[in-house]
Amino acid sequence: MTASLRITGLKLDFYGVHVLRGVDLEVPEGSFTGLIGPNGAGKSTLFNAISGLYRPKGGTVHLGAGETTGLPPEKLVAAGLVRSFQLARGFPKLSVFQHLMLYGAGQPGESLLAGVFGSRAASRREAELAERAHAIARRLKLDHVLDNPVTALSGGQKKLVEIGRALMADPKVLLLDEPMAGVNPTLADEIAAHLTGLNADGLTICLIEHDMALIKRLCHPVIVLAEGQTLTRGSFEEVAADPRVQEAYLGRRH
Amino acid sequence: MLSYLIFTLTLCGIYALLALSLNLIWGGVGLVNLGLAGFFAVGAYASAIATGAGAPVVIGWGAALVVGAVVGLIVTFATLRLRDDYLAIVTLGFAEVIRLVALNERWLTNGSDGLPGIKAPLKAELGLQGFSLFYLGLVTLIVLLVWFLLRRLDLSAYGRAMKAIREDQQLAAFAGKPVLRFKLQAFAVSAAIAALSGALYAHFQSYISPDHFQPLITIYIFLAVTAGGVGRPSGAVFGAYLVVIFLEATRFATEWVPGLQPVQIAALREMMIGVALILVLHLRPQGIMPERIPKAPAPSAP
Repeated sequence: MTASLRITGLKLDFYGVHVLRGVDLEVPEGSFTGLIGPNGAGKSTLFNAISGLYRPKGGTVHLGAGETTGLPPEKLVAAGLVRSFQLARGFPKLSVFQHLMLYGAGQPGESLLAGVFGSRAASRREAELAERAHAIARRLKLDHVLDNPVTALSGGQKKLVEIGRALMADPKVLLLDEPMAGVNPTLADEIAAHLTGLNADGLTICLIEHDMALIKRLCHPVIVLAEGQTLTRGSFEEVAADPRVQEAYLGRRH
Repeated sequence: MLSYLIFTLTLCGIYALLALSLNLIWGGVGLVNLGLAGFFAVGAYASAIATGAGAPVVIGWGAALVVGAVVGLIVTFATLRLRDDYLAIVTLGFAEVIRLVALNERWLTNGSDGLPGIKAPLKAELGLQGFSLFYLGLVTLIVLLVWFLLRRLDLSAYGRAMKAIREDQQLAAFAGKPVLRFKLQAFAVSAAIAALSGALYAHFQSYISPDHFQPLITIYIFLAVTAGGVGRPSGAVFGAYLVVIFLEATRFATEWVPGLQPVQIAALREMMIGVALILVLHLRPQGIMPERIPKAPAPSAP
């Protein structure tokens, strides 16, 4: 299997505190990779370092065939790396539909001249994206709230909007930071079903999640991060049986 | 009375352009530009100096647009790392710097004496009354044109990306938007519009001096955009007309109050403006014509 996302020796420290101490991992193409580890292991920081929020201090990140180490977020999105945030974020005054449209890949209408004077390419792309936005909204059951501002949505719907708008960007790899956290169990199951479906359609997903039952059900492979390093990887059963993983979660025996 | 009306409406148009400029940068990408009066002055002086050196008025206005955009780019680059209050304070300082330069660089601006005799286009041909009417029509036409183009921009993919940057610029970057490009372009266009407004003002008044470009103008424009509705070009234009007409109306209202010295009357007008702002913010904090969320187009096939 080829790797969609390959990280080697990634390092990051804040004021001398080493948060990532040489992370090596691969997200295979088409996989639904789970990223787990105890609190403070550096999972979210790893996402931040590969998605352009922080600049890594060492190591490399490859997306597909190209190196993407240290690129700014907008370049990474264009290259196909899209992420969600642990706390659902949105643009308060934009509607759900506008969120979806905003994330649309390749928009000629975002040049100043096309914006002021209009252009045929811009209106054509706008129409294509609108169709796609409607299709994604139907799939995620957001089609009845398209004109609502995101602030008027429930917590679970906000998570769905995050997933929907990420899909609009045509991602090669989708990084999801706890998309089911704080959502009621029924909706969490629904989100999980959507993600499985998307993965089955060929989307590569890397998921941070604390709920081990979900990880067991959804993810293969599972990668364990502890103290800023990759501890191990494998199927959920292999990882769960690994004494080092139990130690990382429960603490060392004295 | 008629010439007074024409004068007021022309001033409305000039303020409307300033309001459109502010709405683009503040209601668009969310940058608080308290230096509006500075860009207004830059345009006025650029056109006055260019036409003073013999250039036709149209070239003077073109010069104002270009100089305004360039100064706008310089200010954006100088303030790249600043946001919110810090940006606001620096832009306020910028306007004061422009005013002080105009006051002290006598070789260029004639200092506090100002620049008199700025060309009034077609005034000799049309006569005083004809010129006033012609100029009112011209200014109104330019306001309509700029409003129309900015409204298109507002409703385009570009406008959507700008508003996303206004709401959360970090998240906008994670939506794939080159935040810096949008900010630079919006600031340059906004500064160019403010400068054009200044040029129109200079040729309308035929005399400018640093006293014409007090920070109070910026405050009036903020009042106009707030009252009209931030983030909507129509609101900005409406707010500007409302504020100028209200400012002029206070002139007459104060005549009804007996026993006041002229200085007290001036103070009373300022107080009325303050009360009006508080009322608007209380009764309609979103403005009289608030920003709209465009509806999603219907899907072609269900």
